[in-house]
Amino acid sequence: MSGNSGKKTLKAVPPDVPWRRITRGGIIDSPGNAELFKTGDWRSMKPVWLPEKCTQCLLCYPVCPDTAIPVNEEGKRMDYDYDHCKGCGICAKVCPFDAIDFVEESK
Amino acid sequence: MAIRDRLSGNEATAVAMKQINPDVVAAFPITPSTEIPQYFSTFVADGAVDTEFVAVESEHSAMSACVGAQAAGGRAMTATSANGLALMWEVLYIAASLRLPIVMACVNRTLSGPLNIHNDHSDSMGARDSGWIQLYSENNQEAYDNMLMAHRIAEHPDVMLPIMVCQDGFITSHAVENIELMEDEKVKAFVGEYKPDLHLLRKEAPISVGPLDLPAFCFEHKRQQAEAMRKAKSVILEVAREFARISGRHYGFFEEYRTDDAEVAAVLLNSTAGTAKFAVDRLREQGKKVGLVKLRVFRPFPADEIAAALWKFKAVAVMDKADSFNAAGGPLFTEVASALFVKGAPGPKIVNFIYGIGQRDVKAEDMEFVYNELLNIANTGRVGSVYNYLGVKEEEAVLNGLQS
Repeated sequence: MSGNSGKKTLKAVPPDVPWRRITRGGIIDSPGNAELFKTGDWRSMKPVWLPEKCTQCLLCYPVCPDTAIPVNEEGKRMDYDYDHCKGCGICAKVCPFDAIDFVEESK
Repeated sequence: MAIRDRLSGNEATAVAMKQINPDVVAAFPITPSTEIPQYFSTFVADGAVDTEFVAVESEHSAMSACVGAQAAGGRAMTATSANGLALMWEVLYIAASLRLPIVMACVNRTLSGPLNIHNDHSDSMGARDSGWIQLYSENNQEAYDNMLMAHRIAEHPDVMLPIMVCQDGFITSHAVENIELMEDEKVKAFVGEYKPDLHLLRKEAPISVGPLDLPAFCFEHKRQQAEAMRKAKSVILEVAREFARISGRHYGFFEEYRTDDAEVAAVLLNSTAGTAKFAVDRLREQGKKVGLVKLRVFRPFPADEIAAALWKFKAVAVMDKADSFNAAGGPLFTEVASALFVKGAPGPKIVNFIYGIGQRDVKAEDMEFVYNELLNIANTGRVGSVYNYLGVKEEEAVLNGLQS
């Protein structure tokens, strides 16, 4: 579930980190810090959530390879976090209710 | 008191592994290293070790299992040869770049094809840029001693790199020789416990291993890896000094045999050193000033030290038991030549002999031929041919002189 309650502070690897100070072998010692890495600008296609058709079945949430589908405290999905949506389209593919459109980014 | 025994090189390696008692051994049988996991699995069956033995379905899986076990904070070991090492290729690089100090016994054998199961160095030489430390062993004693030192080198905080201990397939792996073993407790105390600062099973400090490393950071990790290999040099010497104190046996980057007043020298790896020493002794009886430099550490390559050691000779033959197929000399030759040039050495004349491919026998007479060629070069100052093949069948006998 989303929400930052109880989470540790995420440590990002600074872009200018010198080689002597970077973690050995690329080890990530701050679990979940992928959240700090915005993958949204990779996107050429984007999913569009249609809340009026959505039944909140939550089939989309677990198939997202990133964290682009936030789920609130009541267990309901909310609109996309486009900073973390690469536009892979898996969520649109699994939705049985046509509640997710998959469209060109420009539209 | 040390234990006197008689063991093959494979047995000696397996005994070392038993005394080390690693957490995981993952291995797949391939000649001539097969006996190592075979002997070791009997130690597991007899309860002589606490090791989890993983009988994998391929060498790719063997090295992958070692990566997993080591990343989880365990000590992982394996043994392989030739095409088995080749099948590990992808994972060799991963083990090194993830900085996992896995220890491997590499029993040197010719890479196919044509299919040849006998000894040369094409397997480990092919892996020379995979980021693994490479130690070479003249005989079963050195294979045993190198194995006992391996973890201390690999796991040193300044290093954290995997290491392979090489020995010549069949020539030493299957030849039974006298050996001096150390007591179990002494080995245990010397090797010590493996306590990595970061590993996957430390739940209070969770980590991820092997993530995507894009252009922003990959170079920095590789630079760090290169530094670890550079730092391995002093660690190798430091561990050897400590090992000498408990064993009485001394190791460096290389062994210099009768080189003090030598005019010419051969440089080579592994078991041929024994043959070369015999040839040196015979030629010395004839008053010929010849010597041998037997390299023990090929990765990291001790470029400065080797250049300093060879500087004084008039002529040097670098002997490669693997061809680079680059039309410009074997791997050891090109690195030795490069070291001399970079160091600005005014001499010596340097020639390359590719020898022993597919375990073509190398006799004392072959080494005497090499030394006589070197003395000829030293006397005339002329090099007929830089790149040479020793012991290959020619249409006409070439033993009268080098082909141009």
